[in-house]
Amino acid sequence: MIWETVRLSLTSIRRNVLRSFLTLLGIVIGVAAVIAMLTIGSGTTEKVKSDIAKLGSNLLVIRSGRPAGPGGPGGLDQVVRPLAEKDVAALVAHLTGARAISPASQKQVRVIFGTESLTSGVTGTDSAYLDARDWKLASGRPFSDSETRSGTGVCLIGETVRQQFFGAGDPEGEIIRVNRTSCKIIGLLEPKGYTGFGQDQDNVVLMPLHAYQRRIAGNRDVDNIYVAADDRTPTSELLPRVEDILRDTRRITPDREDDFSIRDMTQIADAMASATTTMTGMLGAVAGVSLLVGGIGIMNIMLVSVTERTREIGIRLAIGAHEKHILIQFLVEATVLSLLGGIIGILIGLALAGLASVTLAIPFAPSPAVILLAVGFSALIGMVFGFFPALRGARLDPIDALRHE
Amino acid sequence: MASGATLISFDKVWKSYGQGEARIHALAGVDLAIRRGEFVAIMGPSGSGKSTALNIIGCLDTPTAGTYSFEGIDAGRLDRNRRAMLRNLYVGFVFQGYNLLPRTTAAENVELPLIYRGVAARERRNLAMQALAEVGLVGREHHTPAELSGGQQQRVAIARAIVTRPTLLVADEPTGNLDSARTHEIMELLAKLNTGLGLTIVMVTHETDVASYAQRTIRFLDGRVASDTAKLEVA
Ligand SMILES: Nc1ncnc2c1ncn2[C@@H]1O[C@H](COP(=O)(O)OP(=O)(O)OP(=O)(O)O)[C@@H](O)[C@H]1O
Ligand SMILES: [Mg+2]
Repeated sequence: MIWETVRLSLTSIRRNVLRSFLTLLGIVIGVAAVIAMLTIGSGTTEKVKSDIAKLGSNLLVIRSGRPAGPGGPGGLDQVVRPLAEKDVAALVAHLTGARAISPASQKQVRVIFGTESLTSGVTGTDSAYLDARDWKLASGRPFSDSETRSGTGVCLIGETVRQQFFGAGDPEGEIIRVNRTSCKIIGLLEPKGYTGFGQDQDNVVLMPLHAYQRRIAGNRDVDNIYVAADDRTPTSELLPRVEDILRDTRRITPDREDDFSIRDMTQIADAMASATTTMTGMLGAVAGVSLLVGGIGIMNIMLVSVTERTREIGIRLAIGAHEKHILIQFLVEATVLSLLGGIIGILIGLALAGLASVTLAIPFAPSPAVILLAVGFSALIGMVFGFFPALRGARLDPIDALRHE
Repeated sequence: MASGATLISFDKVWKSYGQGEARIHALAGVDLAIRRGEFVAIMGPSGSGKSTALNIIGCLDTPTAGTYSFEGIDAGRLDRNRRAMLRNLYVGFVFQGYNLLPRTTAAENVELPLIYRGVAARERRNLAMQALAEVGLVGREHHTPAELSGGQQQRVAIARAIVTRPTLLVADEPTGNLDSARTHEIMELLAKLNTGLGLTIVMVTHETDVASYAQRTIRFLDGRVASDTAKLEVA
């Protein structure tokens, strides 16, 4: 009997193709919007997460100057005391729970090879930097400790720099000029791609800190210190230890505030991921409202359908249909309709999300749970919004219904 | 062949509409008995209560007062769904306007009452084909009503009415929309079903030559039975 009714409703949907299509439209648009929003949203969340993972996971970044907060970063009265190598040395000597500690100073500098030139982010650092930033070499070798100490003119380049100067060729052993000094390429960094903020992470040149300080910066400052926590130590535990050691080496008396700031990248990652998740939820909810509108569309059309087919209902009742037969017939019809709309909507939504993932360069992340939910929800909408019209049809008086023109 | 046991009986049946001053009595105390196998014509002026009586006979409607019994069952006091079951099991309907489902083939239309009986698809198709053959519509099974003439549509409707092998066939002006040649074909068919299958037929008509196919004519006037005569001769 149920199968019979489903067949019947499919027949009646097929007989009114245009109207069925118009009925579906609301649900199709609603479901497509929900699916597209949620899929694009979770793709964005994934992208943000992986971007932040690229910055290095479980990472603390220390800068000079008071932390941003009430009163703003630093004061006009306060001369910012830069970080120095002795701060790094103190951390290396006393900090427990760190996997890697590395100083880094950077600057945008013109890099030249032959007749080609490129403005790159040049970083002066040591051999622990790659470990701290979770970065690997595609080829070549990192700086040796002696190179770091003596400030030899050697460097590691990112993929963008290689492509600019050497195409697909092997850059090792070539000499490039970085701000009037020359340095020999000893290795190629693995590509990292763009950050979520559109910054090319592969347009970089790494060189020993001393070489950078002497030949490029012209001072002995350290801009940042990167501290990567080991697997057993959460960054939240590491952070106060770092603060204690730095206050100590920088001789900051208890009555004075820190003259440096420590940023916890894990916290930032969590905050950003939860922000995008909230955004996704909100967009999904907005799209969900359009689904509701689609449901009202179904109710409207089903009411029209019941009125239009009053005579048919009369005939069916006269020849022995029970109330429940008519009720089920229209209920199934509404459910099949909105389910059909849901399925079409899912396909369109996924197509839109696929398109967006290509143009926005985010991962395509369809969620089976969301798709299943959309299927169930559209069926539910059909049942809920189809119930009232169906009941109205089932309750018709057969004599009145037969007399209906 | 008016010889069977009583199938239908009206005992002081009233059917009233409206309230107070505006109250209308479509039926005003009708007493009536129809036996199994009879072919009865109901005649009378417009508004005399013919269709009202027929709807009660077919268990589509219930009396306001009095008792209507069908097969000894007090059908006038059954609820909607029980009456639906009664109609499905015992009654076939033929209407003036055919009342076939549009855009639905003749065979599917005829199958319809069997669906509500829970008959399996293959068996339904066989029974529908058989009923269509009985009304002389072989070869038109897959035509929709729009592709059939009025006479053919009424034959489909008759096939739909008899496919369940009902006890009773009620027909409200079944030839009202047909020309005289088609009218006589349909009436021949009904007479054949009456004699061949022993089907009890109650039919409303305005035409005396249509009524002449019946063995008995009941005339209504103002909601009452005015006359009840056996075999009316053609004038
Ligand atoms: N649902 C209704 N509400 C109010 N009055 C009704 C209703 N149905 C029928 N009537 C009235 O009952 C009376 C009998 O109606 P009925 O349809 O039985 O007449 P009829 O003999 O079939 O007439 P006709 O030959 O025109 O079909 C009429 O006065 C009609 O107006
Ligand atoms: Mg009438």
